[in-house]
Amino acid sequence: MKELQEISPENPVSGAEALVRAIIAEDTDTVFGYPGGQILPVYDALYDYTDRLNHILVRHEQGAIHAAQGFARATGRTGVVIVTSGPGAANVVTGLSDAMMDSTPLVVITGQVGAQYLGSDAFQETDVIGITQPITKWSLQVRRAEDINAAVARAFFIARSGRPGPVVLDIARDAQTGIVDTPYRKINFIRSYDPSPVLNKSQIEAAAAIIRQAKRPLILAGQGVAISGAEKALARFAEKASLPVANTLLGLSTIPSDHPLYKGMLGMHGNVGPNHNTNRADVIIGVGMRFDDRVTGLASGYAPDAKIIHIDIDPSEFDKVVASTVAVHADAREALEALTEAVGERSNEEGWLESFDRCARIEDREVFEAELRRKDQAPMTMGEVVATISEATAHDAIAVTDVGQNQMMASRYFRFRSPRSFISSGGLGTMGFGLPASMGAKIGRPDRTVVCFLGDGGFQMTVQELGTIMEYGIGVKIVIMNNNFLGNVRQWQNLFYHRRFSQTPLLNPDFNMIAAAYGIQSLEVRSRAELPAAIEAMLADDKAFLLNIDIDPTDMVFPMTPAGKTVDTIMLSPDIYFTPEMIEKK
Amino acid sequence: MSQPAPRQLFTVTVYSENCVGLLNQVSVIFTRRCLNIEDVSASVSSVPDIHKLTLTTWSDRPTMEKVVKQIEKRIDVLRVFLFTDDDIVYQEISLYKVSTQRLLEEQDLESIIRHHSARILEMTPDYTVIEKTGHPWETEALFDRLRRYDIKQFVRSGRVCVTKSPVEYIDMFLEEQNRRQNGNNDLSD
Repeated sequence: MKELQEISPENPVSGAEALVRAIIAEDTDTVFGYPGGQILPVYDALYDYTDRLNHILVRHEQGAIHAAQGFARATGRTGVVIVTSGPGAANVVTGLSDAMMDSTPLVVITGQVGAQYLGSDAFQETDVIGITQPITKWSLQVRRAEDINAAVARAFFIARSGRPGPVVLDIARDAQTGIVDTPYRKINFIRSYDPSPVLNKSQIEAAAAIIRQAKRPLILAGQGVAISGAEKALARFAEKASLPVANTLLGLSTIPSDHPLYKGMLGMHGNVGPNHNTNRADVIIGVGMRFDDRVTGLASGYAPDAKIIHIDIDPSEFDKVVASTVAVHADAREALEALTEAVGERSNEEGWLESFDRCARIEDREVFEAELRRKDQAPMTMGEVVATISEATAHDAIAVTDVGQNQMMASRYFRFRSPRSFISSGGLGTMGFGLPASMGAKIGRPDRTVVCFLGDGGFQMTVQELGTIMEYGIGVKIVIMNNNFLGNVRQWQNLFYHRRFSQTPLLNPDFNMIAAAYGIQSLEVRSRAELPAAIEAMLADDKAFLLNIDIDPTDMVFPMTPAGKTVDTIMLSPDIYFTPEMIEKK
Repeated sequence: MSQPAPRQLFTVTVYSENCVGLLNQVSVIFTRRCLNIEDVSASVSSVPDIHKLTLTTWSDRPTMEKVVKQIEKRIDVLRVFLFTDDDIVYQEISLYKVSTQRLLEEQDLESIIRHHSARILEMTPDYTVIEKTGHPWETEALFDRLRRYDIKQFVRSGRVCVTKSPVEYIDMFLEEQNRRQNGNNDLSD
């Protein structure tokens, strides 16, 4: 790799080249993209930097942005996307919205028509800034080459700092072809933006006072814990103060699944213990989470007896859904470390920790039994597929999911040992996320096994990315849990729409033939007896592999808190609701 | 269920960098919640390079407190303040274009103008433009009074306001940011 000469008036470069060099200067080694007319100068510049910047050519721009999301979530680094104007930019809109909801750091470069054509409905012109402003952390149109360095520096600083999020730079063709003669400088200050709040000691002390008095406390740990690298701080706090921990969907893997204080997942399809006990708790400590409606259920009936301590770096989350007793505006790790000191040792009401385990035993009997321990000839369930693969990977793979039943089953039955091991579209719920996100995760973490759980519906939304997997030899393990149905919608139709299965059955192609067309090894699994050998074959090497597994279409995700019900209204099956008496009866 | 919070007219002032698309960034936050912006004005502020948007909307306080935080979250926005009418001194300006001939037929022209603290900006044989600065009910009162003279055009500006507070929070904020900037390490290698 030859030494780069610093950009200067004696050594000027094109705006396009300055852009590529700025992206490299921000410690980027991988970009996901797709070329087109108005981004051609950048692609021309990229041609000279392939030794420093690995460009992954996807098969559709939506694939590029989901791959960048998977990359960012698996590594904690900023995902970078380059696409052209008009349709290229419009095709990343879903991913931008997804990344905004799930706080994923992305810098997305879109080409734009020349400045003199802006506003004229020119070929492949679209109002990228107008479209993306509401669904990005920040967006800017760059019309002049001399503005590129400053724009890129701001973009990376904004994307990765504070509560991370997606940033769009819409770069007019003139800016790409113009001349830059100043070197690139990173920034760490914008006067209108303060991403690093100073820890407020009185907030910590107020929170600590409440926690010390708590009889029935519960920590709700979200993705903010992962973003701030607070996994160890979370475990130490929980251990020192004897606090049970539950995860949000995106918080999964911030604490090991087998940690004695880990009590399960929250939310609509979460575990009985944490959901039921949310409404029995006297103190709720939300860390890096936003009380999403899938977590709270009916907000007016949420945690009625609890004082709420809400720790978040984004102050707009305080009191948005759930009113907090104490809001701690801070980085999760700093706050947890300070709280560990301030709270010290304490103890719970007798039986509080055990009550989670008693709920878990009921869940085991009423839910796990049917989902995980079916007998030989019964059709397969998603839960047993997920649990078996988790076991086969020693619970240390990265699980990437699509959206729907596959996602909920993966979140329920996959187990975690290491941080950043669960990647899913949480807030937006984007079908088609899984396959490209798993590519990005594997590219970012080639050292880890990446398993992608999909349904037959979501797989087909971005199936074209099999081409990318083929071209770059990306070793993702693709697990299609195939019930020939849009299973989650079917579940709702089954439970709440009188079994009128409107537009949910799918006539599917032969997925194994599709895999073969892309040169990807695959197996079809038709029975329980075939499953272990198929998983073994899939995990035998580091190459891409596809399992097409026949799943019982009547399989449903339980427990379930129906929409609009309180978090402790829990269906264990279509006919059985959880009741506290079940605990007493044992 | 608890009682819904009462609706009232709120004034939101947004201090921001002067950049393209800022108004869109702010207005979409109202759009998301289906809040109608009653009026809006954009201008420079007392601080060089810092712009001030003033918007009014009918809503309730819990909703507006969330809206304010969501506007403040935008990167290009410095600070956002939420006021009710008691907190601010506010005015708006109205222009009335009326038929000169009809107006001259009126004996009381001078007294109407004086009574309403209005003034004539321009008079031609065809039309007269009257200007009135005041509160909404005052500009409306003059509108009602002039209605009989065939108002050809009428326009009312958005609200402009300053606070009654003795403390200038935006200045304090900027001083804080200066300190923060000076405390940051230089990143250049």
